[in-house]
Formats: sequence, C-alpha cells, structure tokens
Amino acid sequence: MFAYIIRRLLYAIPILVGVNLITFVLFFVVNSPEDVARAHLGEKYVTPQAIENWVHEKGYNHPLMYNADADGLNRITDTIFYQKSLKLFTLDFGQADDGRDIATDVLTRMGPSLALAIPTFVIGIWINICVALIVVMFRATHLDKAAVALFVSLMSISGLFYIIGGQYMVATLWRLVPISGFEPGAMAWKFLILPVVIGVISGIGLGARWYRTLFLETVDQDFVRTARAKGVSELGVLFHHVLPNALLPILTGVVVVIPSLFMGSLLMEAFFGIPGLGSYMLDAIRAQDFAIVRTMVFVGSVLYILGLILTDISYTMADPRVRLN
Amino acid sequence: MLVMIMTGCTDTSWNNPNPPEQPGETVYYGSFSTRLQHLDPVRSYSAEEALFIDQIYEAPYRYHFLKRPYVLEPALAKGMPEVSYLDKHLKPVPRDSSQPAYSVYIITLKPNIRYQPHPALAKDEQDNALYLFKDESSALQYKTLYDFPQSGTRELIAADFAYGIKRLADPKNKSPLLGFLSNYIVGMEDFSKTVMAQDRSGWLDLRTLPLEGVEVVDKYTLAIRIKGLYPQFRYWLAMHFFAPMPWEADRFYHNPGFQNRNMTVDWYPIGTGAFMMTRNDPNSGITLERNPNYRTDLFPSEGAPGDKEKGFLTDAGKPMPFIDRATFRLEKESLPQWSKFMQGWYDRSGDDGANISSSNFDRAFTVSGNGVDLSQEMLDRGITVSTELKPSIYYYGFNMKDPVVGGTTEAKRKLRQAISIAINTEEFLEIFANGRGQAAQGPIPPGIPGYVEGKAGINPYIYDWVDGRPQRKSVEQAKRLLAEAGYPNGRDKNTGQPLILYLDTTGGDAGPIADWRRRQFEKIGIQLEYRTSDYVRFKEKMRNGNTQMFGWGWLADYPDPENFLFLLDGSQTSENCQCDGANTSNYDNPAFNLLFQQMKAMDNSPEREALLARMVEMVRKDAPWFSGYHTKEYYLNNSWVSNVKRHGIAKDTFKYLRLDTAERSQRQVQWNTPVVWPLIAGLAGTAIIIFPAIRAYRRRQTQTINKSTSQRGNG
Repeated sequence: MFAYIIRRLLYAIPILVGVNLITFVLFFVVNSPEDVARAHLGEKYVTPQAIENWVHEKGYNHPLMYNADADGLNRITDTIFYQKSLKLFTLDFGQADDGRDIATDVLTRMGPSLALAIPTFVIGIWINICVALIVVMFRATHLDKAAVALFVSLMSISGLFYIIGGQYMVATLWRLVPISGFEPGAMAWKFLILPVVIGVISGIGLGARWYRTLFLETVDQDFVRTARAKGVSELGVLFHHVLPNALLPILTGVVVVIPSLFMGSLLMEAFFGIPGLGSYMLDAIRAQDFAIVRTMVFVGSVLYILGLILTDISYTMADPRVRLN
Repeated sequence: MLVMIMTGCTDTSWNNPNPPEQPGETVYYGSFSTRLQHLDPVRSYSAEEALFIDQIYEAPYRYHFLKRPYVLEPALAKGMPEVSYLDKHLKPVPRDSSQPAYSVYIITLKPNIRYQPHPALAKDEQDNALYLFKDESSALQYKTLYDFPQSGTRELIAADFAYGIKRLADPKNKSPLLGFLSNYIVGMEDFSKTVMAQDRSGWLDLRTLPLEGVEVVDKYTLAIRIKGLYPQFRYWLAMHFFAPMPWEADRFYHNPGFQNRNMTVDWYPIGTGAFMMTRNDPNSGITLERNPNYRTDLFPSEGAPGDKEKGFLTDAGKPMPFIDRATFRLEKESLPQWSKFMQGWYDRSGDDGANISSSNFDRAFTVSGNGVDLSQEMLDRGITVSTELKPSIYYYGFNMKDPVVGGTTEAKRKLRQAISIAINTEEFLEIFANGRGQAAQGPIPPGIPGYVEGKAGINPYIYDWVDGRPQRKSVEQAKRLLAEAGYPNGRDKNTGQPLILYLDTTGGDAGPIADWRRRQFEKIGIQLEYRTSDYVRFKEKMRNGNTQMFGWGWLADYPDPENFLFLLDGSQTSENCQCDGANTSNYDNPAFNLLFQQMKAMDNSPEREALLARMVEMVRKDAPWFSGYHTKEYYLNNSWVSNVKRHGIAKDTFKYLRLDTAERSQRQVQWNTPVVWPLIAGLAGTAIIIFPAIRAYRRRQTQTINKSTSQRGNG
C-alpha cells in the first residue's frame, strides 16, 4: 500500500503543474499585469509610473512563461509562471496583492470554515443515512413513494432559497438565532446553528435519495435474507448488514470531500458572514488577486488529490477484499 | 434546541449577534460591506477604508461638521495655513503677481497633542525603544499588535508630518497620489528616485533624506512649497494622505518578520484621532475604542441654518467623542444587514453606504409628489432619516473624437443636444433609483461653488423653466434638433441609412435598464446597440478612445469646482496626458481649457463665479455628457442615535455621534422577543411522525405470515 500511495503522490505532481498552468493562463490571458495593477491602484490619478512601480514590486515585470532574453535555465525560471505558480510546491504562498501574508490568512480562516463544514458534513451524512435506511425499511409502500417525491422536491429547490428562506423565517420572523455573523470560541454555536441546519436540510434530498438507491441494491441480497431468517430485527438488518455492505459507493462520494472541507463554502460563508476560506476565495476573485486565487486553487487541488487517496485507503478498511498495489 | 432554550432563560434576546458590553460602556454597533484592503494613510483611497482610518488619523485640517457649504477648519493645526508666494529665485512676491513660481503653505501645529498608546512608542528605562528586534526569532511570540504588553505615546511634532509626506513620496508605499502630488510638491519626484536607489532590505530612515519642498521650520511649524498657484492644495491638507506618521512607528513595523505576520502600518494604524483600532480582523470585524490621549475637542457651537431646530446643536460645546467603543461587522449581503438594523442590533442602516436596497426602500419610504417620506412603520419605530446629496456626478459621455457623435461642428452639437433631451433622466431616477438622485444641470453638483439654484441654474439646451421647476424639452424639439443635425427621423439625410449608435457597457445588453435606455433613443428614431465587455476591457477602450458612448462617474475629492471641471480639461485626455486620463470624453475645447487654467488658480470670488458660469455654459452647449445625475442617499438611524447629519466629504464623523443606550436596550428587548411556537410545533410535528413510525415498525416486527398462506403450507 505504501508503494501505491507514493506512486499516487508522484502522479499528483504533473496534475498540480497542469492545474497551475490552466489557472495561470486563464488569469493572464484575460488580464495583463498592467490591468491587474490598474485594478489595485484604483480609479483616480493613476500614472504610468505608478503602474510600472506596482508591476515591478509585485514581480510581474518578467515575461509570462518564457524569457527569451535570459540564458540557460533562466529562460524558464526568470518568468512569472515559475516564480509565482511553481513556487507553491514549496508551500511558499507569498503575499496577497494587498500585502497580507497568505499563509497566515489561510490558517486563520480555516477555523471558521471547519466550524461550519464539519458539523454540516457529519450531521448531514448521519441524517441522510438514517433517513434513507428508514425509507428503505418501508420500501414499496406509500411512505416510500411520498419520501422519494419529497427528496426530489428538496433537490429541485435552489440552495439560495434555503438560505434566504431560512434566514427570513428563523432569524427575522421568529428571532430564534442571529441572522449572520461569527464569534470564535464558546459563542460560535449561536451563529453556526442556523447555517448548519440549513446546510443539512438542503442536502437531505440529494443525499437520502442516493443512499436509498444504494441500500435498495443491497437489501434484497441473500445475506440480508439470511440475517432476517435468523431473526435479526429490521433495524439490526439495516444497520449491521445493509449499511456496511453498501458502504463502498458511499465512501467514494464522502471521503473524497473530507479534505475539501477545509476550503469552506462560498455561498454559506458569504450569506452568513462567516470569515472562512470560501469567502476568502470569493473576495480574491472579486479583487482580481491572483496571488490568493492561485494559492486557493493549488490548495484545493492538493486536498482533492488527498481525498482521492484517502478514498482508496478507506476501501481497504471497509472491504478486506480490496488490496492497493 | 435545548441549549438555545436554556440560553433563552438567561437572555431574553436569542438573536443578539453582539458580544456582551462592559457595564457603563457606550458602544456603537455598525457594519461595513467590503473587505478592507489598506489602512495606510498614504495608500488608502476608498470611502470604505476612510470610514475607519479617518477616525484614527488626523490631518492638519478638517471639514466643519455642520456648516454648509463645506468649510475647512483647523484640526491638528492651530489656524488655517499662512500662504506666501515666491518667484523662481525664491524671492517673495505678492499673490496677484503675474506668475508666482511657488506657493508656500506654513502650518503651525497645536501643542500638546499626543499619539494614541502604541507599542512602537513604548520605551524602556533608558529611554530606548522597547520593541526593537535584531532577528525574527526573538519576536515570534508577538503574533498581532495586541500581543505587546506595553505601549507608549509621545507628543505630535511637525517632523511627523514631514515623515508622513516622505512616506507618501516613497514609491514602495504605493500611494495613489504620488504621481499627482509630484506635479505640485517641489522635489517630490527627485525624492522618489533617491529613495528607490537606497538599500531597501530593512528599515530606511526617511529623516536622513531631504525633500526639497517640505521643511520643518521648528518643533511645531511645517512649510510645504508647491509649484505655482494651486489654492485647492488646502483641501488635500484635510485628507489622511497628509496625516502625521511618527518615525518610530515606521521603524517598529520594519522589525524582522513583522511583515510576514501582517504587522504593518497598512493594517495597524497609529494616529492622534478620537479613536484607535483595538481589533482589526478585515475578514470579520473591526473595533475602534476611544483614544485615551485624545485632545480636548468640543462639539461645534455653530451650524448651518436650521441645524438648531433639528437638534444638531444640542451637544454644542461638549467634549467629544461621546462613544467609548465602536464595533463594525463585515456584512457582505444586504438582507442580514437590514434585518439586524430593523432588530436594533445595528444603530444605523449603514455606515459605508446607506445599504437600503430597492425592496427595503419601498418598505422604509413612501414616495409622493411632495417627495420622499418615512413610512408609517419607520415612524412608529422612531427611526429618523439623514439625507446626503453626494458631491458626485454620474453621466453618459460622448467620445468627442468619434466621427459620428464627436466634433465641434454645429450639426454634431445638435445631435448631442437632441440625445440629451431624449434621455429622460428624471424617469430613470424615478423607475430605477426610487427617486434617489437629482438630474444634473451641468458638470457641477449642488453644494459646490459654481452650482446655481433655480431658474438661472438650468441647462437651457435641455430644460425650460415651467411652473417654478425645470421641465425637460419635448421629444419634438429633440427630433427637430436631430433633423437639423442631418438625421431627420433618425436617418442620414444623404444616405437614408438609419442612425445606429453604440454604447459601451459592462452591464450587458439585456434587462430593464438596457431596454429602457434603448427605448429612450428610439423616441427620436435612433437605434442603440450595446457593446458589452468586462471592466478591464472597458477601461482599456476608454484609455484608447475606442468608444462612442459610455457611462462614467466621479465622486469629489474636495468641494471645489476644479475637482469636477478638470474632468473636461483638454490636458486630461488620455492622449494628451499619456496616462489614464480623467477626461474620458476627450473634450478638448481651447477656450474652456484657457478658462480652466485661470479658474484653477483663483480663490472663490465673484470673478471666479463668473468664469465658472462661462465654463458651464460651454459644456452645456457642447454637450459632451448627457443624462447626468447627482446621487442622493437616504440613511436611516434608530431613534437612540443623535447628531446624525451626513457630511458629503468628511468621514471623521463618529466622534460627533451620541447614543442613548438605555433606550436602545429597551427597544432591543421589545423588538426581539423570540417566537417559540415554531419550535414547539416542530417538536410536536416530529413526534407525530415518529410515533406512527415506531408503531408501524413494531407491527412489522411482530407481524406473522398471512394465515391462509400458513394454512396452505401446513396442509
């Protein structure tokens, strides 16, 4: 397994270079460094000298990807792509265009992102599995049909509706929790309860319907019938026999997103005023801050690759027949 | 839910987003909508950032809080600047001499003004700076500025202003005004070059490098020499770009490793103002606290006519500030922000903007023929309104170099005038801005010298004066002008081709505003086409003059007509200045340019008013802009907030605010009683679902195989 993981990590390097390249091209094909400088220097009294100074200080005065004036390896290394994007592999994220240290900001913002994402994820998975198992228990009944209809309805509603509707009903009309905001420490729950509840409810439709399908494929298997014949209760059958045997496809979808929880949620964080990494990314895109965008894309790619590797490892734990080699 | 209910037993308002207050403390609760980028006074150039740093940094001058039109008054300075004039040999000459080569501004400071407590000014027993580190490892325990246990202060001196100006001149600090002010302050350009030639690996003591135009005369006196006559310079001296900076702070922030921990002057201000920043998390919130070293500063005893009746002079002569702490939360979405205001958790509807969306505006105001009034709901809650006609102008411009709409011939002029009449700006403001604006009669907005009220102030090419108010000329008149321009019924009289015009926009070519605009052109037979692009490309087109018509706007830096008319000065076109020119219309009228140069060098006077009138007339006649308007903002204030008069230019107004915290507490409790029946209904609903489910499950568990099937099996 160790060799397998090493091999997967090595595969990740060209993937990350490719992701960096795409981000870089997308960013600089649309905007030249001078355009970015203008965006940062504002609307008034912008002089060519100020633009030149900005570009020079930020290191954008080099050629984009190939320096024909340099010699040898410097033709590659003396470029914006090498100095800005490939340096990320050393985890040197550098400074944002507003001068702030990106690594510090990422670490600071990770906490609020996780405070929202982990409970939403864990409670969401648990509720989706429970709901799906209960519906499976009553399969082929009116309850099952009604539940599927409800799941499809829940899936069809936009995420924004849950957020705005939830904020209006729970926070504005009933005044049960603050409508938005975040305080670190013991008071955080007060601000997190509404986004977590909304996050869980908005995910039930998709999650429970998918899990129901997975469980239905398992529930008529011979080993389930055998368990039932041995007198195992229906709940015991579902949780001890159906669930573990339907786990592989669930792990495929679930484990891969665990590392990505660090990245936060763009929508939830923006609407609930949670200062996490989701809103960090959103702000950076709005401000055309390439330094932050490239870092976040890089970190996101790394975490996704990590998620895929963890998924493979989780297969070996869930199913002893699986071997990584 | 259980935790929430338990918490509810001790706190009557479950939805309170604000942290607990200290007993007896007066705390202001506000919000801001944009993540702040810069707090360095030489770098920051946005209204959102000024909302904070202008409470902390002070300049030599400031605007009178109440008087209108806007009036400058001394802040850190003892009096208004003494201005003298020199010829090119630095010999004194009178103000009215033909061409003074230089103007010298002598600023004398008030004594005994002290900086806020700050670790940069902390000293040990030997009077040495306490927090100076040789390497990064020896200061690792200090993650933020608030980790330093000790702080110090010292008196403000004239050299601090000189240091601040030198920081502005240092290209490394990326001041947006460096290029502009280098045109005026003597020696600034050379200073920038000298600074950049130095070793910048660590702290560079700017005191060691002279800046020719800035002289520290004595401990409390500073002289700034600028090129030529530029009376508007005194307005710049009221902006945070000219705030003092103690050299110790610059040295402190250059400690090894501080930059990597975001400990820079760009994030942790140090000033002499009424407040100091005690929490700076640009990602979530900012807290200002009363500066314990703030000088005695009394609430003004004079105001504009009517201010006394409105209660704005109730606190006259009282020492400011009236609040101990101000906390601001980052609110990116308008719905939560508005809800918190209506629940009483924010004291005003907005701080960096009115933050009243169109839908909320309909709830907050009733619009009638008499104007805009607060709705009954707002009146019942005791909410008050503050209006602010911003010294700004938003307009559409013609590219005067365009072969179709540009040029100075009579025909082209008439074409532009016809379009100016056809686009009904009043209707636009009514439909799309809830009436929050005033159609422009010229390039100068109300409240600025050169703006004329009433009949004498209307644009006679677009409006008639009817029944005591301006009335837009008829569409027939516009069509007549269009025909005289060579486009009868919107078709070229020679070729018969329809006249198609192009508007560059970043907002897309669909939607209600785009449709409305298209219909306005259609009224006189012109076809309007949109050329949409992203903002970067749009700006590029503007720079290159590759547009025909476009939308633009300008918010004044200072209340002088020069700050608006320079947008039409020929030297400010991108081509002429070889920069991102402010004259986006490429209007280059030699007569106007000449008058502009004269007007620019004059103080306000009847002679200047006469020049302004001539210039405005030229612009109206040539019509390089059309459909201009000045925005009018409506801010809502909860009943417990006093001294809420808005100032169109100054942002340092928090020190004037007064709060009745007892009333606020009472209202908050009254408005935020939780509604618990949905919780009970939710629990009951869950029980209603669960109990039958349990019964069904049990029935299923105890169910036997069908009797008949069983009997057949047995048989």
